[in-house]
Amino acid sequence: MDYELTEQQQAIVDITREIAQKKIKPVREHYDKTEEYPWEIVEELRKADLFGVYIPEQYGGLGGGAFDLVLVVEEISKVCAGMALIIAGTALGAYPIILHGNEEQKKKYLPDLATGKRLGAFTITEPDAGSDATAAKATARLEGDHYVLNGTKVYCTNGKAAEIYTLFFSTNPSRGARGVSAFIVEKGTPGFEFGRKEEKMGIRASPTYQLEFNNCKIPKENLLGKEGLGLLVAQSTFDVSRPGVAGQALGIATGAMEEAFAYARMRKQFGQPVISFQAMQHKLANMAMDIEASRAFLYSVARAMDKKTQKRYTKESAMVKCFCSDVAMRVTIEAVQMCGGIGYMRDFPVEKFMRDAKITQIYEGTNEVQRNEIAMHLIKEAAQTGLGKK
Amino acid sequence: MHIIVCIKQTPATANIQIDPTTGTLKREGMAAEINPFDKYALEEAVRLKERVPGSTVSVVTMGPPQAEEALREAIGLGCDDAYHVTDRAFAGADTWATSYTIHMAIKKIAEVKKPFDVILCGKQTNDGDTGHVGPGVASWLNIPNVAYVGKVEDVKPEAIRVRRMMEDGYDILELPTPCLISVVKEINEPRLASLKGKMAAKKAVITKWDAAAIGADKSKIGLSGSPTIVSKSFNPPPRKGGEKIDGATAQEKAKKLVAKLREMKLI
Repeated sequence: MDYELTEQQQAIVDITREIAQKKIKPVREHYDKTEEYPWEIVEELRKADLFGVYIPEQYGGLGGGAFDLVLVVEEISKVCAGMALIIAGTALGAYPIILHGNEEQKKKYLPDLATGKRLGAFTITEPDAGSDATAAKATARLEGDHYVLNGTKVYCTNGKAAEIYTLFFSTNPSRGARGVSAFIVEKGTPGFEFGRKEEKMGIRASPTYQLEFNNCKIPKENLLGKEGLGLLVAQSTFDVSRPGVAGQALGIATGAMEEAFAYARMRKQFGQPVISFQAMQHKLANMAMDIEASRAFLYSVARAMDKKTQKRYTKESAMVKCFCSDVAMRVTIEAVQMCGGIGYMRDFPVEKFMRDAKITQIYEGTNEVQRNEIAMHLIKEAAQTGLGKK
Repeated sequence: MHIIVCIKQTPATANIQIDPTTGTLKREGMAAEINPFDKYALEEAVRLKERVPGSTVSVVTMGPPQAEEALREAIGLGCDDAYHVTDRAFAGADTWATSYTIHMAIKKIAEVKKPFDVILCGKQTNDGDTGHVGPGVASWLNIPNVAYVGKVEDVKPEAIRVRRMMEDGYDILELPTPCLISVVKEINEPRLASLKGKMAAKKAVITKWDAAAIGADKSKIGLSGSPTIVSKSFNPPPRKGGEKIDGATAQEKAKKLVAKLREMKLI
């Protein structure tokens, strides 16, 4: 279906697709097996100007919005969802600066993030604070013109590869959720070390690290927004970044369907291609419906966000993230099934899509948390409109 | 330096169709792209530009209106100016008439922009397959040329030293500028377009010239100006699959292959 992309958006799709097909496809199995970091692909994405599609022009970006980022992430994810995080993970680190940074912070960090010269990352999670971000224990203590950071952050996407980190520390533990603040922390700051590297089920081309802070001193100027407003920084970031996860999920689903469909056309059993059997055709039709519904939903939300048709999109971004990732899981499970035995094998790409799909239901807020958010918004809206009251 | 690249838009397929009445290549209704060999010439031109500060790259093509797309793509890949030589009168040209037309266009580019130093071509096209046009253009311009260049060893405004790929090795040759080289695919790995390049290409102004604009002699262009007479042309039969040699082990397969070659008196 033609979604009436702008000239620039169509160029983004064409360029990203060419890189995905020519450069990423031949090496995705290698990086999935070894869990090494694909610096050669980072370089390709840099040369193609794809890091800055959503960053304002005055900071070296191309001035597009969330939709442009979704298109990049979707196209890369059609081939390798792990490598899509080179850009999506950097965007997650950059968005808090775009949304809440002051002019100095924007000038200092966005140009390098826009060219991909330096990669970005974002972490709020701690060993005891996952869905319940308010349970965070890591602290930032103001001492003169510095903050002193202490504690542990876990599951940092782009860990070690990234140089600019947006992180969350409590500046006032007694205030709980209202004591959390956002900070920009640069790699190489004394007292900031990388802990264990996680070994993962999927997105294995993307490194996930534990971060350790031991009396790490950062300049006071690295506070992002105001003290105590960290959770607002995080939530408003998720509003714009969750469509990116949805784009990743949509790419995974599309890539898996394409591989499975191609195989079902070629594979012969009982003297005919297996796609001639209705059981296969119905699977295919269901996948295609799921995918097209996801795309139509995601694109319309991303477009509305870029046009700023309303103040916040918390409900809608939760919906597209949850919907598209559930579709990705469903579609990839069916894609493996369509391929039969070979679909389960590591040297055939379909099982990788299934492993990669799972994370999209978990990170940037589990789908359970997304449903909580959606329901909470519906209830709030109902209270405003008086739904059900006589 | 002023570097000029000659490119052609050719069918994006290995399945080339020939018009049975004229014996020329069918162009209508075929998906088209830059001739793959010309992409190496484009890339090398842009690399030469990067090696010699202050250089500029012009790209030229002769072809139907839709060939403009190929020129835009070339700008997206780093060329500075594009020239489109297009006229119904050019249709059906053989390699003699084509090289005449392109050399006239190059003379015109030199006149309106500045004199050229190096011209780059791909070694051949994937549709005509002759490899004539590059050397033909050099001949019309009366400048030195080397074909099958696999590496540019050194480049200076006054001379260029190249590695010519031969069946039994290679030659190192130095040419004074202005000159022409045609390149093989081993010379480089063409870059992919960047987003900024692609957007600039969409906005680029492309100069269009017809036969009169380049001052072409009407008797030397198009089908009527082409001395080549095609007596017969046909699509070769598709290649058959060949014979598969089966065997349980590699040794067994090798043995069978050797026996077969002996039987055919090939070894």
